[in-house]
Formats: sequence, C-alpha cells, structure tokens
Amino acid sequence: MLEIKNLHATVDGTEILKGIDLSIGAGEVHAIMGPNGSGKSTLSYVLSGRDGYEVTEGEVLLKGQNLLDLAPEERAAAGVFLAFQYPVEIPGVPNTTFLKEAVNAVRKSRGESALDAMQFLKVLRAKVKELGMSDEYLKRAVNAGFSGGEKKRNEVLQMAMLEPALAVLDETDSGLDIDALKAVADGVNALRGPERSMLVITHYQRLLDYIVPDRVHVLSQGRIIRSGGPELAKELEAKGYADIIEAAA
Amino acid sequence: MATEALTVSEIEGRWRDLAGTLPGAGIDWLDDFRAQGLEQFRASGLPGPRLESWKYTNLPRALRDRSYTPAATAQRTSLDRVASLLPAESTRLRLVFLDGRFSAEHSQLADLPEGVTLAPLSRVLRDAPQRLEGLLQAADYDRERALQALNDALFDEGLLLSVSSGIQLDTPVEVIFVGGTSDEAVESHQRLVVSIGRGAEATLVEHHQSVGSGNGLLNLVSDIHVAAGAGLTHLRVQETGDESVHLAGTHLQLERDARYRSLAFTSGAALSRHEIDATLLGENADVTLDGAYLLRGRQHGDTTSVIRHTVPHTSARQTYKGALDDRARGVFQGRIVVEQDAQKTDGRMLNKTLLLSEKAEIDSKPELEIFADDVQCAHGATAGELDADALFYLRSRGLSQEGARALLVEAFVAELIEDFPVEALRPALLERLQHWLLGTS
Repeated sequence: MLEIKNLHATVDGTEILKGIDLSIGAGEVHAIMGPNGSGKSTLSYVLSGRDGYEVTEGEVLLKGQNLLDLAPEERAAAGVFLAFQYPVEIPGVPNTTFLKEAVNAVRKSRGESALDAMQFLKVLRAKVKELGMSDEYLKRAVNAGFSGGEKKRNEVLQMAMLEPALAVLDETDSGLDIDALKAVADGVNALRGPERSMLVITHYQRLLDYIVPDRVHVLSQGRIIRSGGPELAKELEAKGYADIIEAAA
Repeated sequence: MATEALTVSEIEGRWRDLAGTLPGAGIDWLDDFRAQGLEQFRASGLPGPRLESWKYTNLPRALRDRSYTPAATAQRTSLDRVASLLPAESTRLRLVFLDGRFSAEHSQLADLPEGVTLAPLSRVLRDAPQRLEGLLQAADYDRERALQALNDALFDEGLLLSVSSGIQLDTPVEVIFVGGTSDEAVESHQRLVVSIGRGAEATLVEHHQSVGSGNGLLNLVSDIHVAAGAGLTHLRVQETGDESVHLAGTHLQLERDARYRSLAFTSGAALSRHEIDATLLGENADVTLDGAYLLRGRQHGDTTSVIRHTVPHTSARQTYKGALDDRARGVFQGRIVVEQDAQKTDGRMLNKTLLLSEKAEIDSKPELEIFADDVQCAHGATAGELDADALFYLRSRGLSQEGARALLVEAFVAELIEDFPVEALRPALLERLQHWLLGTS
C-alpha cells in the first residue's frame, strides 16, 4: 500500500529525515515511535504535503502513485488522511459544512458524484452514532472551543467520513485522559480493514495497548533504527529510548 | 476640455442655473439652509488629502478628468427589473430612485400603515415642506464636512420616513438607488430623512446598485433621529458598479433608551466613503454599527465614523470586518468620543481585515478621546493573511486551495451577517458574499 524509499527531508534548510525506508502492506497498522525531535511529526507533514517541508531525496508511493508531486488536496483525494496532533480551530465554519465540503471535494476528484444534503446527513449521522459522539458536534464550528478529547474524536469522525486508504495518526494520544484515549482508539479500531493501512505515530507505548500494531519502528535522528513486532513497544516502555538508541548505534 | 467635477467654480455656475428650480425653492427656511450649504462649500472646496480625516482617500484625484450631468437634466433609459434584498414573497414598502429621480413605476407605497409617512422628498417639498423643518441637520462648519455642505445646497430628491410614536412598523422599508440608468454619468445629491417617534420601531433597507459599471456619482446625506425608547434597524448594501463614486454621510441622533443597529455591506464602487456621525444624547441609548467590506481590483472603500457619548450610561459597539484582494484599499477611521459627563460609557470598537493579496492595503485608525474617568472603552485593529494552519488543515481534507480560502473568508465575514437581527435579510447577504468569493483568484 505505502512504500517509503530513502526519504530525506529538510525544514528551513536543516535535514530532519535522513533516509527513511518503510513499507506498509494493505490492511496493516504500523507504529512509529521515537523521542522528541526524532522527526515523527516531520514525517507526518511530509506525507500530507505541508508547505515548508522539502523533500530532497527519495520517494513515497501510495498504491504505486508518487505522492510527492501532489498538492495536499490531491493527496487527500488519493487516499491520504492525517489525523493532526493539534487539530486546527476554524471559527465560523460549522462542522457539518466542513465535512460536507471535504467529502464532496474528495468524491469529485475521484470522479464520484457529490452527495446531496439528505444523503450526506444520513451517512454522517450514522458515523457519529457509531463513534458514540453527540450531534452537538456537528452544529459547532470546526474544533472551536472543543476539548482535547473532542478534537481528537472529530479527527476520527473525519477519517470515518473520508474513508482513506492510508491514515496517518500523529500523536493522537497527546493531551487525552484514559477514557478519551480509549474512545478514540475504539473509533480507530473500528476503521481498521483489509483495504486501509495505518501509520500510528506516538511517543508513548500507552496508545499501542489500545491500537495494537502489526509492526513497530523506532525513529531516531531521522532514521528508523529498529523494527519489530508489538513487543518492541513494550521493550521501549521498559528500557526507555536511550538504551535502544545506544544499542542500535 | 474636460471639466473637473465638483470644483467650487463649477458648483457656483451650476447654482446660478439651478437654484431657482430646486424643489422647495422659495421657501424661506429652506432657501437659507441651501444658501448656507453653498457658502460653506464655497469656503472649503472639495476635501483633499491635506485634511486629517481625508488623508487616505484622495477624492480630488479620483474626480480628476471626470465630468457629470446633474440628475435633474439627465436622460434615463427604462429599467425592467430592480433587484431586492427581501424575499420575493415579502410585503413591501419600497421607493426606487433611478440615478437620483424617483420612479413611481418601480416603487410601492400603497397601504401605508397609520402613523407612517413615507414619500419621496421631492413630493414632500412640494406638498408639505414644513414636515422637514427641524429634521434636516445642517453640516457643521468644518472643511472635513464639505460634501455634506454641498448636499445641503443641492439635494433635490431622497425620502422622508417618519414613524409616529408607539407605532411598530413590521414591514421593512426598502429604499433602492439604481445608478447607471443613463447613458451619461449622472451626479446626484440625495437626502434620507428618517424620524422614529417615541417607542416606535422600524427596519430600513438601503440598497445601492447599478446597471452595468454605473459611472455616476452619488452624494447622499442621511439624517436619522431615533426618539426616546424607539428602535431602528438599518441594513445598508452598497454594491454599485465598479466605476461609480459613492459618497455618503449619516448623521445619527439617539435619545434616551433609543436603539439603533446597522450593518453596512460594501462591495461596490471605484471609490466609496461612508461617514457616520452618531451622537448618543440620552441615557441608555445603545448603538451597534457593524460593517463588512469586500473589495478587489483597484477599489477604494473608506468608512470614517465618530461616536459621541454625551451623557452617562450609553453604549456603543462597532465591528467592521472585511477582505481585500488584488490592489484594493480599505480605510477604517473610527473615533469614540466620551464627553466629561458621560460616565459609565461602554464603548467597544473592532476592525479586522483579511488581506488576500500582497498589494491589498488597509489603513486602520481607531481612536479614543475620553474626558470622563469611569468608563469602559476598548478598541482594536488587526490585519493579516489567512491562517496558514487553517488553510493546510482544510486542504489536507481535500478542499482545493481556492475552496479553502473561500470557506475561511466566508466564515470570517458571515459572522457579522449571522449577527444581523433581521433573519429574512440574511440569505441575500450570504448570497452576495458567496458570489463575491467566486470571483476571488
């Protein structure tokens, strides 16, 4: 599904990613773990096409299509979804309007017809119910005044509506108490499927108790220094990053 | 040889030809009122950038090489349809002016409720000129007010809306000024005279539009008086053609417990200036002046306001928000004056502008002049580009760059429209906002 080959990227002229190779098969969930400053968020922004993140070498293929040539909205249409670490508040734009614009923009670029208001609301209400959210979310402006947990749930709702091929979850656990974490993880798990791959980026192992990955990779100073099964996350939790990084050096 | 419009010599010449033919000529107090206006204009001339409040809006330059035909002598073509901001099924009270001339054909004045006077000013001056005495406010002797003095001298049309004490006028009064109905560039001087009696309520919808690019000039003065306990809601939409010049001055006076709320939506004209001079004369008077401006190309839009708190316990809120694209230029000069006796004044002013292009410009100058010591006053101004984080967030969800920009600008401005209390008018405003956004590059 996703092939990252020798990916180098710079921010403001400083190289942050120094040759990442990663392959995620269809339906697989991979976790990237790493200490602060290892390049985790940079990887998520490079995958989603944010301005200011310059790829200097390497390639990223999603279902064989080179993502790096595409604008952020084209990547969304190709099936990339980034769940933000800090979802952006957009006062004045009702959540429903935003979701409808997003879903129909993606449908349009995939050559599908736009959903009319009735069809859209029907699908939206069903997803909201599945995620155990309240309809109240829909009337409010996008993320404006939402709690940390509400924002992350809103990210999961958007993912559910957009049905991406590749979901990148950037520090989805940050700022969440255990109940909110569990609710968000349940939402993410419900979206796991044979046609959807996920890349879960996290600092802590805690999230991976709830979203159990197929593979775990340790990122340090812009490189993947070790990969393993879910047990690697436990080992990291027990030993800390310092030991693992030292052992790999 | 091109004549320059609105120079003192040109106006003097015109006065010699026209003064005797202006509606109401021969009525002593009105003749005096006009003569005083002419005298003041003669002394000050057209206001130019050397005057403090005209620093950012160069009217003489905008009028250079332009010449106009006075409304009284211009030929007009017929007009099939006049756009309305009200829903089609609404009951109407409507006055329509085509380049400064009242059009009975497009107006609707039947079934006026008891206690309501609504008539074109030319008719009032002919039939009952005494009704205007005391309602017309002469321009102060002030060079910055020269356009109002010019209007005092030359106004020949407009409307009188008078609502008697205790009357609730539920039907909005719609006044529509259409420019560009003549092959010539028409200059007109109009007057809106509005008097809301004690405890009365009314809604006024003032709509400026053009046929085509509308190359005329309108100099409009509004005298609005809201008596004790009365309320007026005023929507003002200025969407004239992009070659027109639109100059407007509003004198607003509020007595005790009076309420006035306005929303000024501006997307038209090559050059526009709206001056507001609001005076809160009685305790608990409350004024809300909101404004939205959407300008592009080389449009220039100026709002210059003064809110005067003269007695204790009055409140004023002013929120002006807009988006400027291309090389458009916006001007916002807002002054709050709190006189010595005006303790417990609550005054808030905010101006926020989105600059959608590097060459767009806003000159924002909020000012407080406070002579009382126990007041709550605040002002603020911001200007900037669209939030890059929000743009990326929307694009990462599949919205195109243009779509994301439009959605953010829409949200920014729509907030003011959603705050406007007359729900039936919001759809037309949102439609205009969306239409403007479709033209954004």
